[in-house]
Amino acid sequence: MTNPLRDPRDRRLPKVAGPCSMILFGVTGDLARKKIMPAIYDLANRGFLPPGFGLVGFARREWADESFAAEVHDAVREHARTPFREDVWAQLSAGIRFVAGDINDPKAYGRLKAEVSALDRERGTMGNRVFYLSIPPGLFPVVVSNLRGSGLTESHEDEWRRVVVEKPFGHDLASAEALDVGLGEAFAPDEIFRIDHYLGKETVQNILAVRFANAMFEPIWNCNYIDNVQITQAEDIGIAGRASYYNSIGAARDVIQNHLLQLLALTAMEEPPSFSSDQVHAEKEKILSAVQLPDDIDLHTARGQYAAGWQGGVPVAGFLEEEGIPPDSTTETFAAMRVTVESRRWAGVPFYIRTGKRLGRRVTEVAVIFKRAPHLPFASQAVEELSDNALVFRIQPDEGITVRFGSKVPNTASMEVRDVTMDFQYGESFVDTSPEAYERLILDVLLGEPPLFPNSTEVDLSWRILDPVLDRWAELGQPPQYASGGWGPASAYDMIARDGRTWRRP
Amino acid sequence: MGSPATGMVLTMLIVTDEEYASDATEAAVLSARQHPMRILTLIPRPGRGPDQIDAQIKVGGDDGPGEVAIVRLRGNRSAHANSVVIPLLLPDTPVVAWWPADAPPVPADDSIGRYAQRRITDLSTSPDVPKALAERRAGYVPGDVDLAWTRLTSWRSALASMLDLTQGPIRSAVVSAEPDNASAILLASWLRECLNAPVEFRTSEGPGITEGVLITPAGDLRIARPDNNVASLSRPGVPDSTIALPRRPLPELLSEELRRLDPDEIYGEALLGTASASSI
Ligand SMILES: NC(=O)c1ccc[n+]([C@@H]2O[C@H](COP(=O)([O-])OP(=O)(O)OC[C@H]3O[C@@H](n4cnc5c(N)ncnc54)[C@H](OP(=O)(O)O)[C@@H]3O)[C@@H](O)[C@H]2O)c1
Repeated sequence: MTNPLRDPRDRRLPKVAGPCSMILFGVTGDLARKKIMPAIYDLANRGFLPPGFGLVGFARREWADESFAAEVHDAVREHARTPFREDVWAQLSAGIRFVAGDINDPKAYGRLKAEVSALDRERGTMGNRVFYLSIPPGLFPVVVSNLRGSGLTESHEDEWRRVVVEKPFGHDLASAEALDVGLGEAFAPDEIFRIDHYLGKETVQNILAVRFANAMFEPIWNCNYIDNVQITQAEDIGIAGRASYYNSIGAARDVIQNHLLQLLALTAMEEPPSFSSDQVHAEKEKILSAVQLPDDIDLHTARGQYAAGWQGGVPVAGFLEEEGIPPDSTTETFAAMRVTVESRRWAGVPFYIRTGKRLGRRVTEVAVIFKRAPHLPFASQAVEELSDNALVFRIQPDEGITVRFGSKVPNTASMEVRDVTMDFQYGESFVDTSPEAYERLILDVLLGEPPLFPNSTEVDLSWRILDPVLDRWAELGQPPQYASGGWGPASAYDMIARDGRTWRRP
Repeated sequence: MGSPATGMVLTMLIVTDEEYASDATEAAVLSARQHPMRILTLIPRPGRGPDQIDAQIKVGGDDGPGEVAIVRLRGNRSAHANSVVIPLLLPDTPVVAWWPADAPPVPADDSIGRYAQRRITDLSTSPDVPKALAERRAGYVPGDVDLAWTRLTSWRSALASMLDLTQGPIRSAVVSAEPDNASAILLASWLRECLNAPVEFRTSEGPGITEGVLITPAGDLRIARPDNNVASLSRPGVPDSTIALPRRPLPELLSEELRRLDPDEIYGEALLGTASASSI
């Protein structure tokens, strides 16, 4: 029966998730404390958590429910975005439970099951469960098999089970496939939610809105007009204490495999027949399967490690001097590569992708750079200062869009043209109403809406793109050093100069 | 006025007296972070003083991307605010008019309201709610909306999501609230329209709406909010639970209102439905 209070014309009513409990593994971890638990509180505060919500923490600590609640409380107080309200906290904390145990101990899962079933009775969570695995991916198989052994993943009619995993989704194609097999033992593909918090950002979703809601961009969105596309994710900080994680991952796996290839897919994909998740995924998959690496990887990719130096007026350590990084580490902190998309639309248009730590400033953007006008009816001096037109999606910070084009210099007797930019500032986030990416993604998990999550095909296709580069880099030994506070190693400039182009300064 | 911030999406005309001017302007400025807009606060000050227009203008700055002009129209000029407004409307973008208190009888016919496709009133600031409600009803034109309706969204959403979990018909409903609470009257009317069932209005001590009950053959679905923030939910056969149902501050209400600028038909139906409600 349809709900008489829900009228399709009534677009104010938000979707509120149904009752459920969330079982959180890795509650003592950084991510759980800084992002997941605060986001749950923020959702509660905004009235988006279902009536009947329980949170069960699982960790190898001897905590009582109250001491875990106190941990959550501290994390919320420190990191939540919305104001702390005692009464909201009281209602949330009444549904918080803790189970002490080792991830490897099957008996602990019996206790977990008992606690979750008790929540069903006491809080009305109705047998629906989200398992949030905020733990190193190496532990997924044992968690999944123990969950299965305990019967926690079985569901009765009308109940649902979902599992949430965080990037990295493997470290190459083989390991990603193995992860899928492991999760697949207990969960169907549409029950697996892979969180890439970039995709929860409104500015990323705005790429599709701008492209497909307007008449004026799509006609020129092809190789007839576009010269190249530059996708940049730069951080000004170093590895910030996450040495063991970062050293085993590196820039390409950490950022290119997921965020940047997803941005590429959104920028390059064809218009989907609708925005249903199947159809968006189908279009993204087509693009990712059409992505090709250059024949000679050495000439068209670049990598590096940041060297000691100065940044923003402060002396900073080099990557190899960071605590926990072995001096012979071959992990890259900068990665850049050229790829092409083998399709009629994108024939001959290079996509340059780069990411790095300790670069000039913190910025993520997609810059679409256009070809020169086919004819310029000006004297050559008049257009000396004119460069290529560009349309830039600024993902962060200063979310918005920049357009660069040529315009007359005022007050010159003769015709002089130079670049001007026009900025559109996307409405920024604001007090209680604009959710942080994690809130949005967690809410989508609770609602069971997967469009913002990469599926396993996309993940596998991304690894298929990246693996040959990583293999080649592994043969080359230690990457060259680059100066902190700049825009990467000389090889990055060389690789693009070979194509007769330059990087845009973001 | 040049426009250094080019991302403006609408022009907001606030027509108000001095009492409400600063709160309303501040709410609009906060809301402009989400909906970059040009804000014109028009304060007519009729009376015998000199005919004069004073304007204060703020552009950009720490407050966010909005532009603000506060315009006081004294003496004779107070009747001609529209002539000040015309050149200041952003070209080819939507216009919203907002009367934080004392709205004209037919907002769509008002000399300022005429320019706006969205016209926002606020019944809660009226000293005589039943009279004001009758006036809103009589003067309703699609595109009108009232913040008393906006305040209801979280209640309506909570009731709807309760009903998501239930099968079977609703026999009747009860809304309890402070007397003459405009939001509660609209809630009762909305329920009556949607459920096609009798809705009883009970007065309580408040604050605001304190209870909503949907009566089904299997038992009552009840949301009770005795204070301002947290409500308890009860339904047959399931343990009680609680949800946050905070009363939201003005900037948030305004931001919700500006998210969509096409007529809110559901509001229109609920408003017009209040005619039969008041006769019960
Ligand atoms: N932090 C981020 O910003 C970020 C961003 C993207 C993705 N991720 C991913 O999110 C996940 C969690 O990240 P994190 O930064 O929170 O990691 P973390 O700080 O290292 O925390 C890992 C958690 O796993 C638990 N754990 C580790 N080994 C265990 C074992 N043998 N038995 C039981 N528990 C064990 C830890 O519990 P103990 O306290 O008992 O050791 C801790 O709660 C990882 O998959 C990571 O790759 C993190």
